[in-house]
Amino acid sequence: MADLLTATPATASAAPSPRARDRRRARRNTLIGWSFILPNFLGFAVLTLVPMLAAFALSFMEWDSYNPPEWVGLDNFQRLLDDESTKIALRNTAYYALGHVPLTMLAALGLALLLNRKIAGVGFFRAAAFFPYITSLVAVAIVWNMLFNPEFGPVNQFLQFVGVDNPPGWTTSTTWAMPAVILTSVWRDMGYYMILFLAGLQAIPVEQYEAAKVDGASTWQRFRAVTLPGLRPVTFLVLVLLTVQSFKVFDLIVVMTDGGPGRATLVLSQQIYRRGIIEGEFGYASAISLVLFLVVLVFTLAQFWFNNRRERR
Amino acid sequence: MTTADTAAAPRARGPLALARRVVLYAALTLAALLILVPFLWMVSASLKRNNDVFTIPIQWIPKEFQWGNFTEIWTRVPLATYLGNTLFLSLVITFLQVLTGSFAAYGFAKVRFRGRDTLFLLYIATIAVPWQAYMIPQYIMMQKAELTDTFWSLILIQAFGAFGVFLMRQYYLTIPDELCEAARVDGLSEYGIWARIMLPLSKPALASLALLTFVNTWNDYMGPFIYLTSNDLWTIQLGLRSFVGQYDADYAMMMTGSALSVLPIMIIFLLGQRHFIQGVASSGMKG
Repeated sequence: MADLLTATPATASAAPSPRARDRRRARRNTLIGWSFILPNFLGFAVLTLVPMLAAFALSFMEWDSYNPPEWVGLDNFQRLLDDESTKIALRNTAYYALGHVPLTMLAALGLALLLNRKIAGVGFFRAAAFFPYITSLVAVAIVWNMLFNPEFGPVNQFLQFVGVDNPPGWTTSTTWAMPAVILTSVWRDMGYYMILFLAGLQAIPVEQYEAAKVDGASTWQRFRAVTLPGLRPVTFLVLVLLTVQSFKVFDLIVVMTDGGPGRATLVLSQQIYRRGIIEGEFGYASAISLVLFLVVLVFTLAQFWFNNRRERR
Repeated sequence: MTTADTAAAPRARGPLALARRVVLYAALTLAALLILVPFLWMVSASLKRNNDVFTIPIQWIPKEFQWGNFTEIWTRVPLATYLGNTLFLSLVITFLQVLTGSFAAYGFAKVRFRGRDTLFLLYIATIAVPWQAYMIPQYIMMQKAELTDTFWSLILIQAFGAFGVFLMRQYYLTIPDELCEAARVDGLSEYGIWARIMLPLSKPALASLALLTFVNTWNDYMGPFIYLTSNDLWTIQLGLRSFVGQYDADYAMMMTGSALSVLPIMIIFLLGQRHFIQGVASSGMKG
């Protein structure tokens, strides 16, 4: 039975016990804890942690996987500054993020406000808004490419119907390809963020609304004074997640435009893939991926800092 | 759902309330239609003759339904192989992710030991690192191990994600420690507690994790795109993409293929809708 007692995790030990026993118990717990974590951790360490560290080291090396890797210092980063297509990819990624982040956020918030009520059928509407998010990207890209067909697509037919004489060429035009991609991704992602906003709305205590109503606040005033401040934590979360997601954009672009026409929608992830996996320039591609990581990190930290400052005020 | 619902929709009676209600439902229906239009278009086009797909004005209901499209496509592309491969990968990866994820989550949530929280922080931190940032070394490793162009590469890469650990831990934290305590007193080992108490109690979270992982794997394009080159290993997403490349003017068939690739996901979604939404709401994170 002593065995059974020592198996008890340290949490329960309120009564003072000899130090040796405590230590034995702690060791036992460590063993048990690790035995639970290990199966997942092995895969995680080998296939996520090691490659992450390797990517960092690789970005200072030149390596094509046949010749031994060679330390080249900052050469890869120097090259990055001179590489026209990497600069274009960086610019396009920023463009995509600038469109995708605010539009998705507005659409998701709008949907959440519209669907945050107890009415018959609301479950159906929520499900409908969420569904695009879990449909396959390939199907989404194929369908939207056809919807955006410049001559016969429903989008342009609608635009002509409402009086736009010269509707855009969408994915066939260098100017309009990126907006087409952005619109598609907003449509796909807004349902996901809507769920997060809905959770945020439901965390706002009803009493606050009632108090505001007693004070004679109008709907708009209640929205400004209760809803928006109450949503701040979730807005912050959505902002961070959306920014990170935007800078990672990859598969939608590969399937919808493959970076084209020309290089009009070429993004960073694609550039990493092309340089690294297609052309086998592992060092240079890792340098680009380090830049991608740093951009994501800077944005995340900046948003954390901004959020903290606002909260303190 | 809960509290704030009632606040957002004040209960009033009378003609004004009725008018409001009508406007609300009209707005909701319009929004739902706008969101679902691409799907309606897909289904409609998949049942048309190719020449009728792009017409002015748009033909929303096919003149004559071409049900034959849905049988013909199987002879044009090895759809059965693609679907089988995708199903296999999705099932294996989901199983491993749920198993190792919930197992590790127990260690993180219910066993106290030194270094535990630091280790968990490491897990969380990697969720924020984009996959693109380390896919190159990962690819090199797989290449050296001669696992590229096998299912192994994808299974290994996707089955041990931090996301599952995170999601399950969140849920385990809501289960009171006293329950584990009582089980320990009754003589259950930690593994017994995990298997006989935690697993049954966390069914909703397990369902959320399983469904999200399954759907993500089913829909994944980049993984298979980078790792699988042999046609007989392709997933439905790769097959569909290549089909579009081959028959780029065969619009009706493209839509038929797309509809078939979405159908399984739609069925799963209709069955487990609640778990999807719960999973997203409680995690607020995804790979």
